[in-house]
Amino acid sequence: MTNEGVGGAVASLKTISDLESATVRFAGDSGDGMQLVGGQFSDASAIFGNDISTFPDYPAEIRAPAGSLAGVSGFQVNFSSLDIHTPGDQVDALVAMNPAALKTNLADLIPGGVLIVNSDAFTPDNLEKAGYAQNPLTDGSLEVYKLHAIPITTMNRRAVDGLGLEKRSADRCKNFFTLGLACWLYGRPLEPTITYIDEKFAKNATLREANVRTLKAGFNYGETTEMFVSSYRVEKAEIQPGTYRKITGNEAVAIGLIAAAKLADKQLFYGSYPITPASDILHELSRHKEYGVITFQAEDEIAAIGASIGAAFGGCLAITGSSGPGVALKTEAIGLAVMTELPLVIVNIQRGGPSTGLPTKTEQADLFQAVFGRNGETPVPVIAAASPADCFDVAIEASRIAMQHMTPIILLSDGYIANGSDPWRLPDVDQLPKIDAPFYENGHGERFLPYERDERLVRRWVPPGTPGLMHRIGGLEKADLTGNVSYDADNHQFMVRTRQAKVDKIADDYPPQPVLGERTGDVLIVSWGGTYGAVATAIERLRAQGKKVSAAHLRYLNPLPHDLGELLRGFRHVLVPELNLGQLRTILRARYLVDAVGLNKVKGKPFMVREIVEKVDELLGLRPSTVEAPIVATRRPTQSVVSEAQG
Amino acid sequence: MNAIAPLNLTAKDFGTDQDPRWCPGCGDYAILAQVKKVMPALGVTREKTVFVSGIGCSSRFPYYMNTYGFHSIHGRAPAVATGLKAARPDLTVWVATGDGDALSIGGNHLIHAMRRNVDLKILLFNNRIYGLTKGQVSPTSEMGKKTKSTPLGSIDQPLHPIAVALGSEATFVARTVDVHTKHLEEVIKRAAAHRGTALVEIYQNCNIFNDGAFGYATEKGVKDDNILVLEHGKPLVFGKDRDKGLRFRDGQLEVVKLGDGVTEKDLVVHDEKQENGVLAYMLSRLQHPDFPEPMGVFRAVERPVYEDMLHAQIDDAKRRKGLGDIGKLLLDGPTWTVG
Repeated sequence: MTNEGVGGAVASLKTISDLESATVRFAGDSGDGMQLVGGQFSDASAIFGNDISTFPDYPAEIRAPAGSLAGVSGFQVNFSSLDIHTPGDQVDALVAMNPAALKTNLADLIPGGVLIVNSDAFTPDNLEKAGYAQNPLTDGSLEVYKLHAIPITTMNRRAVDGLGLEKRSADRCKNFFTLGLACWLYGRPLEPTITYIDEKFAKNATLREANVRTLKAGFNYGETTEMFVSSYRVEKAEIQPGTYRKITGNEAVAIGLIAAAKLADKQLFYGSYPITPASDILHELSRHKEYGVITFQAEDEIAAIGASIGAAFGGCLAITGSSGPGVALKTEAIGLAVMTELPLVIVNIQRGGPSTGLPTKTEQADLFQAVFGRNGETPVPVIAAASPADCFDVAIEASRIAMQHMTPIILLSDGYIANGSDPWRLPDVDQLPKIDAPFYENGHGERFLPYERDERLVRRWVPPGTPGLMHRIGGLEKADLTGNVSYDADNHQFMVRTRQAKVDKIADDYPPQPVLGERTGDVLIVSWGGTYGAVATAIERLRAQGKKVSAAHLRYLNPLPHDLGELLRGFRHVLVPELNLGQLRTILRARYLVDAVGLNKVKGKPFMVREIVEKVDELLGLRPSTVEAPIVATRRPTQSVVSEAQG
Repeated sequence: MNAIAPLNLTAKDFGTDQDPRWCPGCGDYAILAQVKKVMPALGVTREKTVFVSGIGCSSRFPYYMNTYGFHSIHGRAPAVATGLKAARPDLTVWVATGDGDALSIGGNHLIHAMRRNVDLKILLFNNRIYGLTKGQVSPTSEMGKKTKSTPLGSIDQPLHPIAVALGSEATFVARTVDVHTKHLEEVIKRAAAHRGTALVEIYQNCNIFNDGAFGYATEKGVKDDNILVLEHGKPLVFGKDRDKGLRFRDGQLEVVKLGDGVTEKDLVVHDEKQENGVLAYMLSRLQHPDFPEPMGVFRAVERPVYEDMLHAQIDDAKRRKGLGDIGKLLLDGPTWTVG
């Protein structure tokens, strides 16, 4: 404990408690500006020097009815003096701007946690909308928390009083009061937010002034009122030196694709149809035309991939991006890219399925779709990003594989890492390896054979415009070498096997599979995609307890790494945590005849670290095993219940 | 338009070693022959020419052209061609498609290619039947048509490709017939010369599954009374003896006989450049047997071309922001340094 002031404010008599890390969640109506507050709080934390991990969670509806449970939007940030990998299992502090936000988020707040609510919003009307029979602020039900009921709306109105704002405009500033208070509570600097406000409201001096005033008012409220006896300090993390930027997974995919095109000296073509949660890639790429990026908002998902295939034929690094339902529509065209052996990256930002499912919630249930979801023997490499920052590397790697192996490739991300953010240490541009993917121009006069292959079984890329090498490609089976249409039985078997072998050979270039921990032991966690953060944190905890647990997080899902089989055999148990019902587990069991066990969750949310730790302890015999109750036929409601409901 | 220097090539140079696999007597042969014949005169090299197709008999077309070619999947040719042309404006991109491919499974792509005005030359082989799948109704089959899939007669109202094209804001819309080789050749040349999407409907006879569907427009003795050849700036005259024409009456086109006080001055004069396309649309609605069916160019107007605008935006961004490099890209956002 120390008596030093925070945030450059006057020395305070209040105490400061040191924390290793903290998780804060801001929750309110989707119109309350909670995503903005969360984002700014994260930026301030990152700039302060913490490691951060964020998780925005918002409704599918742009503006569900005000005050309703469905309309609650949340933003969670974990900031730490240590290296962290997840936005945190539970929250240490919850800011709830109305009863609905309290109702939907309270379960995640730790007992004894800080609970800040806007008491002005706890009106009878809002309480009823949230389903509260009585006011939780006064009925004693929140006693277990450090409750701070603050009339935020009123305080904000006072802060901006005299600026001549209408009530509605004035009230819209209140999220900055909340932000100011949170910044005081955790010793975050206000300067990054003031800079942001200056830029955002450069053309409206009144709003600029109003937001800065209320931001400072929130900060001072924490500092001067009796309500808060203590603030918290999360020291700077020991972070690798370098230049950093906060980045979401979707931004990183977009930037990675532009970088890949530059590294390969190709024009980037991105064909897409708007879909949550992939649209931000289209938005990001659309504002980078100075890099020669062509973005094409197509009339539908099929046109998006069709145009991308046309662009790939024309010599572009061609990408099509979507989410599961959109990728389903692209299926036939992916087969065409397999048959024509053109480079193409298909980005799938997974969301909850099936069908339109849960558009804004995360899931990783499209692995089978990626690996198997096509007609015919249609091998397609599949690669997955582990974290927001990893999306940059994976986008480059997917582009490299597509162009160097002349194949479509599926890049899997998910809603969690697409919208979540990490501090990203900017790579040294000169260290990024060039992607060698030249067009074939020949000119030796011999007959050109479009389906002639090199030792990796890769055919040549010859865009139209190349003199003397005119050729025709298409979706019908190709004769070996000439590429002419062929229905010959032996040729078909040969070509099917060749296309498979070509994709299998991609694994020859993989680096050794990285392992967290030893390469033998009691439990090996095999994971992929956005579960990385929870798994890595769980491994740290389990290993600190002396348990012989390791993790292999797979970037390459098809073909699988050559060294994976041996790795699996080095452990007594193999645990595969996935946000699906066991898709990778099924593949591993089929491929390696290993008795892999699953930890499976489909709740639209990422894993909590605790869930993985507990499952490992269960495998080690340290906890009783849990089995989910089987699903049985739903009992029909009795007649009386039905009539009550109708009444 | 720039002067075109014909290539020192012949129709034969545009053929491949692949034998066409269309049925003997198919109208596709005539179209292939005319396209190959026209190619050298267009002044575009073989390597700069690409034929893109979807699925169907007509979509085999690229295999028989010694250019670059892409036989894609059902209905998607306009999408593939759009991506190719957007990426490579230096190429001349043709689309070979049929009535089922273009108007049924690929209807969405066709209308959006036309409204964007991508510089594509779309040859729509209309035989009013599904040939490759052996004889089901197509979106241009007439009401009541009996086929394997409609033994009691079709109950689907047919689409009219010209009307669809006009409704989709196409800038060049024309119709011709497979066996009218001279007219076919002229229309293809006009389409090739147009900048922007050119949609050419070609009446094409499927002699196996829908033989004689366009007999009224092709057979000697009757055809001249059943078709009307459009010529820009000329009155709408038709008939074996060129003694009939079209005039406006009560907001409609009506057939009149010349003579008895009716002269060519009373007839509607064709205007393919009419900005609002009303006349073109009225002409597109004329159907046999009540009216002669117009042949030739319904509409030919100028409008900015998609890929020109696309690359103008890119060039403009490069001018305004300077050429992008990866180093700049990475720093494009709030950054901080850890010492």
